[in-house]
Amino acid sequence: MLVHSRGAKWAVWALFLVLFLPLFALPLLVVLGASFATNWSSVLPSGFTTGHYSAATRGEALQALTTSLLTAAAASLLALTAGTWAALAAAGLKGRYRRVLDALFVLPVAVPSVVVGLAILVAFSKPPFLLNGTREIVILAHTVLVTAFAHQSVSAALARLDPAYEQAAASLGARPAHVLWRVRLPLLLPSLTAAAGLCFALSMGELSATMMLYPPDWTPLPVLIFAATDRGALFAGSALAVVLMAATLLALFAVSRVRTRASYR
Amino acid sequence: MIGGIRFDSVTVAYDGNVVLDALDLTVEPGEVMALLGPSGSGKTTALRAVAGFVRPASGRVFLGGQDVTDLPPYRRGIGMVVQQYALFPHMRVEENVAFGLKAQRGRTKVPKAEIRTRVAEALEMTGMAAYARRYPRELSGGQQQRVAIARALAIRPGVLLLDEPLSALDARLRSDMLAELARLHRELPDVSILYVTHDQVEALTLADRIAVMDRARLQACGTPRELYRAPANEFTASFVGNANLLPVTVGSGGGVVFGGGEIEVGTAGVAPGAKATLCVRPHLVGLGDGPNRLSGTVTEIQWRGSTHRLYVEVDGRRVIADLRELKAPPAHGDEVTLHFSPDDATLLAAGVGHG
Repeated sequence: MLVHSRGAKWAVWALFLVLFLPLFALPLLVVLGASFATNWSSVLPSGFTTGHYSAATRGEALQALTTSLLTAAAASLLALTAGTWAALAAAGLKGRYRRVLDALFVLPVAVPSVVVGLAILVAFSKPPFLLNGTREIVILAHTVLVTAFAHQSVSAALARLDPAYEQAAASLGARPAHVLWRVRLPLLLPSLTAAAGLCFALSMGELSATMMLYPPDWTPLPVLIFAATDRGALFAGSALAVVLMAATLLALFAVSRVRTRASYR
Repeated sequence: MIGGIRFDSVTVAYDGNVVLDALDLTVEPGEVMALLGPSGSGKTTALRAVAGFVRPASGRVFLGGQDVTDLPPYRRGIGMVVQQYALFPHMRVEENVAFGLKAQRGRTKVPKAEIRTRVAEALEMTGMAAYARRYPRELSGGQQQRVAIARALAIRPGVLLLDEPLSALDARLRSDMLAELARLHRELPDVSILYVTHDQVEALTLADRIAVMDRARLQACGTPRELYRAPANEFTASFVGNANLLPVTVGSGGGVVFGGGEIEVGTAGVAPGAKATLCVRPHLVGLGDGPNRLSGTVTEIQWRGSTHRLYVEVDGRRVIADLRELKAPPAHGDEVTLHFSPDDATLLAAGVGHG
């Protein structure tokens, strides 16, 4: 602990609460409150109802949730594969080439996602790469956006991985592929699951690029939330937002269970 | 596989920086060779060149008579144990030991039943049979070291490379493991062992021969006794055991001159009038009168239980004497006389090695 005196500790806690509550906790609580309300004209919401939730868990909303989950799962799997592959390849390269490859993979983070969305829209609107109006283009855009995070977290883990493991494996007669599958990837598993969780969460919340690309039959949940609030249905939108939040947290929790099993070392 | 390692003028350089300079060295089948030297001396690089983790800029490496310089590590069939063990943390002890056997493919593929037998045998040999189902993190440092050795032995290598295998252990465990390694070597008389260490005790205890390395070069190579009794140069004298090194001038009638006094010592091979270095081991220096007297002032005295270590300044040079525990040790600042037998001193030609 950096702060030793009791008074100072309390002061730091108080400051933390003053900053944390209004900035992080309160907005989420407001959304939760609004999702159960029909009216919010005084300090607290009123007209308790669960009607928004019954609407938010069936029909169009349920389909949007499924769309979001499938998109996020597909995008994070693809991103994890591409990011891990690239990180492994980069680790075998020499200084300058490695930096170029790393920079290339960070690019989608540096570029605003709306620009990435537009770029993909323009690039895939003409044959032979005509993907415009398909669900694949949404998954593709999400993959491009989150691959950077997968690549970054895997290459950070690779840099920390002691080369003694792969050298020991090689000296015991294991070919590079055997070393990769039996030693390096298992040792990277905690980072891989962490990266998967991060990619999944990012994809679940992606809106700006999705807005430019989604076809009518593949509407992810954030688009629906945006549409609801845009037409003034704040309370229905809040319920959708809570559903999105809960689904994402549940998925992350499942991933973290895999992760604790993997990080017994 | 038949053991034996041969370095044929092996040079290794990183970015033009030579870390191993034209090493010529042969380790016979069944021999324990210690590569002894300070850090940065090139000893680990030499081991890595055998394992295949560094590529020599020039020269060839032979294993069991076969040129392996261009072979990748996984085709060399060597056992290796490193300082930090590098046990696979996600595998149980038995899986770690079986790893090398399961990794074999094609012609050398090992049947399942034989893998089981050989894993059990390797664990038995290192006394780790009771821990087969444990994970490495559940073992102590010494136990992990045994598993690492079992893992390396399971593939029945002709050559075993040990890279500072004991330096992560505490002093007591280290001497137990030394005895253990000596026993293993008696049980596996055909395996050549290349043992990299900076610890002279490990090298003296375990090795059939010691190769002393410094500044990327081989300084001396010989049996522990040869190197200890008759070191070839100052570096070897000071790195293999402790040594008093005194600058002397060779006299005309046999013997040498140190400061103002004559010292009797064999001067074969050194011309009269030449500068040379006299090497005397501290434990061979006695207190009191005798042949080859050195008189000086006690600058420090250390009691080490069974011995007293005296630091005496003689003609501006520090001479160390390790003496059996003294009943009445001299005090700081006392004038004392030391002596040593002419047979116990070695004359080193100046200009060989470094000061």
